[in-house]
Amino acid sequence: MLETLVAVVILTSLILYALAGGADYGGGMWDLLASGGRSQRQRHAIVEAIAPVWEANHVWLVLVIVLLFTAFPRGFSTIMVALHIPITAMLLGIVLRGSAFVFRKYDSTQDAVQRRWSTMFGVASFFTPFFQGLTLGALASGAIRVAGDHVITGFFAGWLTPFALTCGLFALALFAFLAATYMTIDTQGEPDLQNDFRLRAIWAEIALVPLAIIVFITSKFDAPSMYQGLTNWWAPVLLGWTAVSVIAATLALWSRRFYFARIAAIAQVTFILLGWGLAQYPHLVSPDVTLQNAAAPESTLKLLLLALGAGAVFLLPSLLYLFQFFKGQEQR
Amino acid sequence: MNDFFFARSQMGMSLAFHIIFAVIGMAMPLLMVIAEGCYLWTKNPIYLELSKRWAAGTTILFAVGAVSGTVLSFELGLLWPKFMEYAGGIIGMPFSLEGFAFFTEAIFLGIYLYGWNRVSPVVHWLAGIVVAVSGVLSAVFVVFANAWMNTPVGFDVVNGQPTNIQPITAMLSPASLHETIHMVLAAYAATAFLVAGIHAFFLLRNPRSVFHRASCSVALVVACISIPLQMVSGDSAAREVARLQPAKLAAMEAHYQTGTGVPLVIGGIPDDATGKVNYALEIPYGLSMLVGYNPETKVVGLGDYPRDQWPNVPLVHLSFDVMVGAGSAMLAVAAWIAWLWWRTRRLPDNKWLLRTLVCCAPLGFIALETGWFVTELGRQPWIIYGFMRTSAAVTPMPGLAVPFTAFTTVYLLLAVIVIFLLRRQFVETRPHLLTPKPSPWAAGPKTERTNQGV
Repeated sequence: MLETLVAVVILTSLILYALAGGADYGGGMWDLLASGGRSQRQRHAIVEAIAPVWEANHVWLVLVIVLLFTAFPRGFSTIMVALHIPITAMLLGIVLRGSAFVFRKYDSTQDAVQRRWSTMFGVASFFTPFFQGLTLGALASGAIRVAGDHVITGFFAGWLTPFALTCGLFALALFAFLAATYMTIDTQGEPDLQNDFRLRAIWAEIALVPLAIIVFITSKFDAPSMYQGLTNWWAPVLLGWTAVSVIAATLALWSRRFYFARIAAIAQVTFILLGWGLAQYPHLVSPDVTLQNAAAPESTLKLLLLALGAGAVFLLPSLLYLFQFFKGQEQR
Repeated sequence: MNDFFFARSQMGMSLAFHIIFAVIGMAMPLLMVIAEGCYLWTKNPIYLELSKRWAAGTTILFAVGAVSGTVLSFELGLLWPKFMEYAGGIIGMPFSLEGFAFFTEAIFLGIYLYGWNRVSPVVHWLAGIVVAVSGVLSAVFVVFANAWMNTPVGFDVVNGQPTNIQPITAMLSPASLHETIHMVLAAYAATAFLVAGIHAFFLLRNPRSVFHRASCSVALVVACISIPLQMVSGDSAAREVARLQPAKLAAMEAHYQTGTGVPLVIGGIPDDATGKVNYALEIPYGLSMLVGYNPETKVVGLGDYPRDQWPNVPLVHLSFDVMVGAGSAMLAVAAWIAWLWWRTRRLPDNKWLLRTLVCCAPLGFIALETGWFVTELGRQPWIIYGFMRTSAAVTPMPGLAVPFTAFTTVYLLLAVIVIFLLRRQFVETRPHLLTPKPSPWAAGPKTERTNQGV
C-alpha cells in the first residue's frame, strides 16, 4: 500500500517532468529547427520562455530518481545496471543541453558564436528525450530479467528493440508538440510568431498519431505485458480520453483558442503517461521487479511520505508563484 | 586499470568537478544578498551593480552545478548499484530532503535572477535569502549522506541484509555534525577568497575602481569571518575522526605504530612497507597533544588494522597536509587583513595585500578539494565504513573506460568554457561604475541582459 502511494508520487513527478522539463526539450528542438525570416525571433522567444524556469523544471527528474532509489532501491539498481548505456547517453545530453543554454546566453552576441551554442543546445534537446522515451520503453519490454540480485540479460536487453526506439521518437514528438503549444501563449502579442508555433504544434500532433500506432503495434512483439496492459478494461477509457484531448488540442490550435489548447495538450500528455504507468503496474521493471519486491522497508516509506507531504506544502505554492510570475496571463 | 579503477575515477572526477560549482552556487548567494542588503541600507548603487554582476556570473555556475549534480544522482546507481541497493532505503531520506532544498533553490533563483524589475527590492532581497539558505540546506543534506557512509548507524544487519532501519538515526550519524559544519564553512571561505582575489586583481590594475573595491571588501568580510571558524571546526573534526574512524586519522597523520607521546608528522613520504615517513618534519608529542590535549594520549596507528583495510596512506596524508597548509595560509592572510583594518579602518589599500590576495585566490579551492580527498580516500577501502567494501558495490558493467573518458572530456571542456565566459563577464569595468548613477531600479526591463554586452 505504502509503496503504491510512493509510486503514485513518482509517476506524478514524472508527468510533471514531462509537462515542464519535456517542454523545455521541445523548445530546444524548435530552436534547432527554427527557419525562415523569423528564425532569430523564434529563437529569442524560446530562450525568454525557458530561461527563468528550466532549472526548476529539471528538478522533477532529480526528484524522480531520488524517490526511486529511496523507496525502491532494488529497482533502482536493476535499472541502472541493465540500462547503463542509454542512461549514460541521456546524462551526457543533459549536461550538454543545460550548459549550452547558459553559455549561449552569456557568450558573445556574434552570430557565429550564437549559432554554435544554438546547435549544441538543439541537438542535445533531441538526443536527451529520445533516450528518456527509450528507457521508459525498455522498462516495459519484459526483456530485462533478474535472477536473485543480478541482472542476467546483459546490458543491451530491451532498449534496442523497434518498440523502445519508437518510444524514443514518440517522446520527441510529444515534447515538440507540447513546447510549440506552450509557445503560442508565450508569443502573445506577436501574431506572426504565434502562428509559426501554432503550425508547428499542429504538425507535431499529426506526427504523433502514426508514431502512437507504431508504438502500439510493436509493443505486441517487444513488450507483450505492456500490450496486454493496453488491452485491459481501463485501456479503452483512457485511450478514449487521450483521443478526445488530441482532437480537442488540434481543433483549439486550429481555431486559435490557445489557452484551451494548452489545457488539452497537458491533458493529452498526462493521459499518455498515466496509461504507461497503469500498464506497467505493479512492475517497475517487468516482469521480475515489482513495486512490492523492490520496496524499501516500511519505516523508510512512511517517513518519506511524511517528508513529501510536508515538502509539498511549501514547494507547490512556491512553484505556482514562479509560474504565475513568469507565465501569468497578464505579463505581456 | 580495470573497470573498478575507472568506476572510482569517474565518481571521483564527477565529484571533484561538481563540488566546485556546488560550493560557489551555495556561497555566492550569500555574497549577493550581503551586497544587495548593503544597497538597500545605503542606497549606494555600486552595491546593486555588484549583486547584479555577481548574479549574472553565478547563473552560469549554477547551471553547470545543477546538471553535474543530476549526473551524480544517477552515477550513484550507474557505478555503485550494490551500494544503492543496500543503502538507498537508509540514506535516501537526506537525498530526498536535498531534492526539496534544491527545488526551493531553483524556484527562488528563477525569481532572483529574472525578477529584478518585477518585484519590489525587499521581496527580491528576500528571494535571494531563500536561495542562500536552501543552498546551504542542500549541502547539509548531501553531506549527511556522506557522513553516514563514514559512520554508518541506524540499521541492523541480518543475513547480510540491512533490517530494522531508522532513517532519522542514519541521517544524523555521529559524523554528520562536524562534516556539515566543516563543509559549509569551507564553501564560504573558499568562495570568498576566490572572489576577493579576482577583484583584488582588477583593483591592482585600476586602483580607483569603486566597483572592485566594494566587491573585494564584501568578499573579505565573509572570508575573514569564515576562515578562523573553519580552522576551529577542522580541529574538532579531526578529533572526531580520531574517535570514530581511527584508521582514517592514522592515514591522515601517517601514523603507523599505536603508542603514546606520538609526534605530529608534517609532509614527508609515508612508506607503508617500513611504517616510516621519510623526509618529514616531526613535532614531538604533537599528535597526542592535538588528539587528547596531553602528551601521553594514546593514538591508534595503522598497524592495528589488517593491511587490506588501509587507505592509500601517502595520498591521504599529503592531501591532508596540503589542506591544513592552505587553510593556515588563509588564516594568516585574514589575520593580516584584520590587523590592517584595525589600524586604518579601511579595506583594502595595501598593494602587497592585494597581490597576496591574488595569489591566495585558488587556495580555498585547493583546500576544499584536498579536504574532500581526505574524507573520501580516507574512507577506503570501504564504501560503507566497516560494512561494505567499495569493490563489492561496483557495477558489473564492462568497458567503464568509455564513460569515464566521455565525462572527463566533457567536463574539461565545460571548465575551459566557464572560465572563458566568466572572464568576459568581469574583465571590463564599464565607466559608469566609477561614478554612481541616479536611479538603478528604474534601469529598464532588460538590465541583466545589458550586463553581458561588456
